[in-house]
Amino acid sequence: MQTLKLVAVSAGLSAPSSTRLLADRLAEAAESRLTEQEYAVEVQVVELRDLAVDIAKNFVTGFPSGELETAIDAVTGADGVIAVTPVFTASYSGLFKSFFDLIAPDALTGKPVLVAATGGTARHSLVLDHALRPLFAYLRALVVPTAVYAASEDWGSGGDETLPIGFGGDGLPSRIQRAGRELAEFVAARPAARDAEDDEVVPFEQQLADLRLD
Amino acid sequence: MQFGIFTVGDVTADPTTGRTPSEHERIKNTVAIALKAEEVGLDVFATGEHHNPPFVPSSPTTLLGHIAARTERLILSTSTTLITTNDPVKIAEDYATLQHLADGRVDLMMGRGNTGPVYPWFGQDIRQGIPLAVENYALLHRLWREDVVDWEGKFRSALQGFTSTPRPLDGVPPFVWHGSIRSPEIAEQAAYYGDGFFANHIFWPKQHTEKMVGLYRRRYAHYGHGTPEQAIVGLGGQVFMRKNSQDAVREFRPYFDNAPVYGHGPSLEEFSEETPLTVGSPQEVIERTLSFREYVGDYQRQLFLMDHAGLPLKTVLEQLDMLGEEVVPVLRKEFANMRPAGVPETAPLHPAVERTAAERTRTQEA
Repeated sequence: MQTLKLVAVSAGLSAPSSTRLLADRLAEAAESRLTEQEYAVEVQVVELRDLAVDIAKNFVTGFPSGELETAIDAVTGADGVIAVTPVFTASYSGLFKSFFDLIAPDALTGKPVLVAATGGTARHSLVLDHALRPLFAYLRALVVPTAVYAASEDWGSGGDETLPIGFGGDGLPSRIQRAGRELAEFVAARPAARDAEDDEVVPFEQQLADLRLD
Repeated sequence: MQFGIFTVGDVTADPTTGRTPSEHERIKNTVAIALKAEEVGLDVFATGEHHNPPFVPSSPTTLLGHIAARTERLILSTSTTLITTNDPVKIAEDYATLQHLADGRVDLMMGRGNTGPVYPWFGQDIRQGIPLAVENYALLHRLWREDVVDWEGKFRSALQGFTSTPRPLDGVPPFVWHGSIRSPEIAEQAAYYGDGFFANHIFWPKQHTEKMVGLYRRRYAHYGHGTPEQAIVGLGGQVFMRKNSQDAVREFRPYFDNAPVYGHGPSLEEFSEETPLTVGSPQEVIERTLSFREYVGDYQRQLFLMDHAGLPLKTVLEQLDMLGEEVVPVLRKEFANMRPAGVPETAPLHPAVERTAAERTRTQEA
């Protein structure tokens, strides 16, 4: 069986970073669901901090340098993507947006994506629905229903998703499990991502025919 | 193999002095650069086409016509001619006229242009870039080959019983290149017609050029024009030279750091590693240029960008001296030694140019 590739993109800037921590937890949750179903899974984490300078250069030169190109290829070639950003000034961080600005507009079409964000307080949690979802909707990605927001206080919350809401069933661990399960379901339901063919070109006769020229 | 220069025609302040040339000065300098190209033994001068500041070459055939009158051997070309926003009928007329005036020393390179507002300024839509390039060139191709054309397309008014005048010199249209950085449709178009494919090469890592040229070569063979190795390939290059490598780097760095296309981004060293930019001694330029054939195969035309980013005329002319005296003679010899039999040495020349060259040789021998 082909190995399924999960790629987590973390825009966290500090080390250690709670954004990276959330990305790892989400990846683990999705991976364990897929492994239970006997899929072979490979998880890769893309840390945007390490690519920050290359991302800026790409805007100036128009092309991605080596490691950035590898990261972009990993995301566009993944079977499922986990995209996690800290909340900066009422939205995703500029670095997070800049990275996705460099991905071709059609490269994520139909790709299962789990969106998540971190912040100091839960007051910013609608960033998920007002900023991240529209971004990936524009890219025609398939965003899973549960998006996960982790405020600082959430890292001290308990519970799991077997409990009823209000009794721990809506705590961070349960949200992570639910989102991971949804991503696993989306990934398993879709044909495996394949590498683009090198010679994909519309034959010239077809280009002429489209214009009704002989 | 043909060697030459291509210019963007930008009016850029010299970052070392803060001085910006006037448009008049830039246009006159461009002519001086073209004349120098012939003087130092280069084969080709190509001009860009732009319709917005800070660029001057909005009227390429006026410029090239003037240069044609003042040169004898130089092939006059473009880099690129906007096949999207120009009327293909006017391209047919303008370049056929130029071909007559220059006794066949003309070819041209089709490009789409990447300045958004130019499309609406000329009544077109940038989202139709590829279809415009396909349809307009299909018409241009016919206008140069059929005396009377009936035409109906999507983008331009229909033509009934139209004859484009003057007819191409001796009935042989100018050779056409199609230029692109990363659109496979354009490589496919070049292959379909058996035209040349020119890879800009200088702004992107070599993998992109390798991929596009490879596609063009395979499709050229697919359409029955010859083997993949016989396809007509041109490449861009960008160099700055001084006798000592360190002097070249020191002198060029402020121009690189402030260059309109890539300035204020990667360092000169990083950009030199990732793209074909070579700043160093003539020997380093020779070695780098010879390495291009390792990923595109034996090719027919090498154009260098020499006069951008505010470099003063005096410096550009010095660069051309070095290019013509120290670099190109070695490259000619080395590339010729490596080129297998059956691979064309140059892009097709107009029969009138070959006749003139033969006469020149006879006169010299006599």
